Amino acid sequence: MTANLQIATPDAKATEALRASPFAIRGLTVSYDQNPAVFSVDATFEPGKMTAIIGPNGAGKSTLLKAALGILKPLSGQITVFGKPMPDEMHRIAYVPQRASVDWDFPVRVIDVVLMGLYRKVGLLGRFSGEDRRRAEQCLERVGMVDFATRQIGQLSGGQQQRVFLARALAQDADLYLLDEPFAGVDAATEKAIITVLKSLKSEGRTVVSVHHDLATVPEYFDNVLMMNVRKVSEGPVATAFTDAALQAAYGGRLATARIDPVAAAG
Amino acid sequence: MAGGLPPRGSTRSRLPDRPVFFDALTFQLGYNATLVTLGATLLGVAAGVTGTFLFFRERALVSDAISHATLPGVALAFIVMLALGFDGRSLPGLLLGSAVTAAMGLFFVHWLSARTRLTEDAAIGAVLSVFFGFGIVLLTVIQTMSAGRQAGLESFLLGSTAGMLYADAVLIAGGGAAALLLVLIFRRPMTITSFDREFARASGIDLDRTDLIMMGLVMAVTVIGLKIVGLILIVALLIIPPVAARFWSDRADHVVLIAGVVGGISGWAGAAMSASAPNLPTGPIIVLAAFALFAASMLLAPGRGLIVAGLNYRKFQKRHPYPTGTCVIGARPPDL
Repeated sequence: MTANLQIATPDAKATEALRASPFAIRGLTVSYDQNPAVFSVDATFEPGKMTAIIGPNGAGKSTLLKAALGILKPLSGQITVFGKPMPDEMHRIAYVPQRASVDWDFPVRVIDVVLMGLYRKVGLLGRFSGEDRRRAEQCLERVGMVDFATRQIGQLSGGQQQRVFLARALAQDADLYLLDEPFAGVDAATEKAIITVLKSLKSEGRTVVSVHHDLATVPEYFDNVLMMNVRKVSEGPVATAFTDAALQAAYGGRLATARIDPVAAAG
Repeated sequence: MAGGLPPRGSTRSRLPDRPVFFDALTFQLGYNATLVTLGATLLGVAAGVTGTFLFFRERALVSDAISHATLPGVALAFIVMLALGFDGRSLPGLLLGSAVTAAMGLFFVHWLSARTRLTEDAAIGAVLSVFFGFGIVLLTVIQTMSAGRQAGLESFLLGSTAGMLYADAVLIAGGGAAALLLVLIFRRPMTITSFDREFARASGIDLDRTDLIMMGLVMAVTVIGLKIVGLILIVALLIIPPVAARFWSDRADHVVLIAGVVGGISGWAGAAMSASAPNLPTGPIIVLAAFALFAASMLLAPGRGLIVAGLNYRKFQKRHPYPTGTCVIGARPPDL
C-alpha cells in the first residue's frame, strides 16, 4: 500500500517534502486509554490545496487534528508546520473546532467571537482598533453573517454558528486552515456558503485541511484525501487515493457500494 | 432643622432627621465604620470582577471548596504564631495560613477530578467538608488553650469588622487592587478559555497557566475577604454579582464591569447598614444587599428579566390566540 511505500522512501526526498509542506505529520500515535485512537500516521499536506480527512466514526480524524494542534498530548510523533515544529508556527494556523466544544450561553456577541480571532495580533494588553473591528465585519460579510453581528452567539442556528466560527478563522488571516467537520448538521445554503469561502481561501494560495464525512461530495470539494481508520489507509489526490479499494479498507463492509458508485464514476 | 442658623453643608454633626444609615453611606460614622465601609466596597468590586471569570468558567462551586479550606489554615497559623511567641491574632499571619490550606484544598480538588474517576462536584464536596471539619476541630483545640479564648477566630466564619485596624484595611484594599490589576491584564485569555477551550489552545493560550491565574485570583479574594465577610459567605460575594450582571448584558466585558459595580454597591451598602445599628453582622448583611440587587436584576433587566419576558409572552399569546397544536380548518393563519 501507499503508506508502506512512503515510509520506505529515501530520507533525503522525504525531508525535502517536509520542508515544502505547510503541514506534515510523522509517526503520530495518540491514545486515550489502552487502545490507540491514532496509530503511527504519516501524512504530508500539499500547499495551496484542499485536503479532506475521511474515515468512519472513531477513526481518529478529530483526534489527529487536535493532537496536531497540541490540544491533545500525543504518545509519539512529530508535527511540522511550514517546515518548523508546530509550536513555533502556531500563529500561521487557524482552527475551526467542532461546534460542540463551545459554551453557547456565554455572554458573547457574534462580532466578539470574530474579534477573538484577532487576539494573537492584539496580544495581552492591546486594544481592538477601529480597523480591527472593520476587519471583523469584513470577515462576517464573507460568510454572509454581518447582519447578525450584535446577536448573542447562542441565539443563532447551528449553520449560522458554524459560519461565525469560520469568520473567526478568517480574521486570523492564517496560511493553514484546519477545520473539524465544518459541514456537520448544517443546511445546504450554509454548506454552499462555507465551501465558497474555503475555495476562495485556496485560490489565495492558502492550505485547507478539513475533517469530512459526506463521501459523495469529496471529489467535488477537495483536491486530496487522507483516508484513515486509526492507521492511514491512503493518501494523495482524489483520483488515486479515493478509490473503491481504499474505501473498503477504511470502512470495511459497512459501506454500501451504491454510495461509492457515483464517486467511482467521477474518479 | 433649626431655623437656618448653620449655613447648609457646614455642619458634620448628625441631625435627628437624618438616618444613621445615611451617615454610614457617606463615611461620616466614625473612623472604624469608614474603614470597614471602604474595605467592603473594594472587596465587593474585586470579588464581583474575579467571580465573573469563575462563573464564565462554570466553576463557581470551586470557590466554596477554597473558602472552607481556609479554616484549618487560620487555626494552624494562630497556633504556630503563638508557639513562636508572636501575637496569634495578627491578620497578615492568619491570612497567610489560610492561603496555604486554601491552596492545598484547591490542589486536592484538581487532583481528585483529574486523576481519579471522581467528578469535580464530588471532589468539591469531599474537600470542602474534610477541610472544614478539620478546621472546626482545631478551633475547639484552640478554645482549650489559655490564650485561645480571646482569639475570636470563630469570627472568620461569618466575618466581623469590630476592631478592624488601619493596617487590616490597607491589607484588604491592597489585595483587592492587586487582584483587579491582574484581572485587567489577563481578562482576554481568561474569557477566550472559558468560551472555547480548544480554540484558546489553538490560539497559543496556555490553558493550565490561565486556569492557575484565575484560581489564584479567586483564592486571593477569598483570603482577603475572610475578615469582612467570613469564609462561609464569601462564595456569595463571588457568585451573586456576576449572576446578577448576566441579566443586563450579552457582552463578557460588560458583565465583568457590571458585576464589579454590583459587588461594590453590595459591600458599600451592606457595610454601612451593619454599621448603622448595633449587632448587625457585616458579612450576612452584605450578602443580603447583593441578593437584593440580584432580585432586582432578575425582575427588571431588559431582555433577560422576568417581567419583560412575561410581557413578551403575553404579547405573543395575543397575536397567536390558538393553543399550541390546534389546527383550525379553513381559517387563515394569523400573520406572524
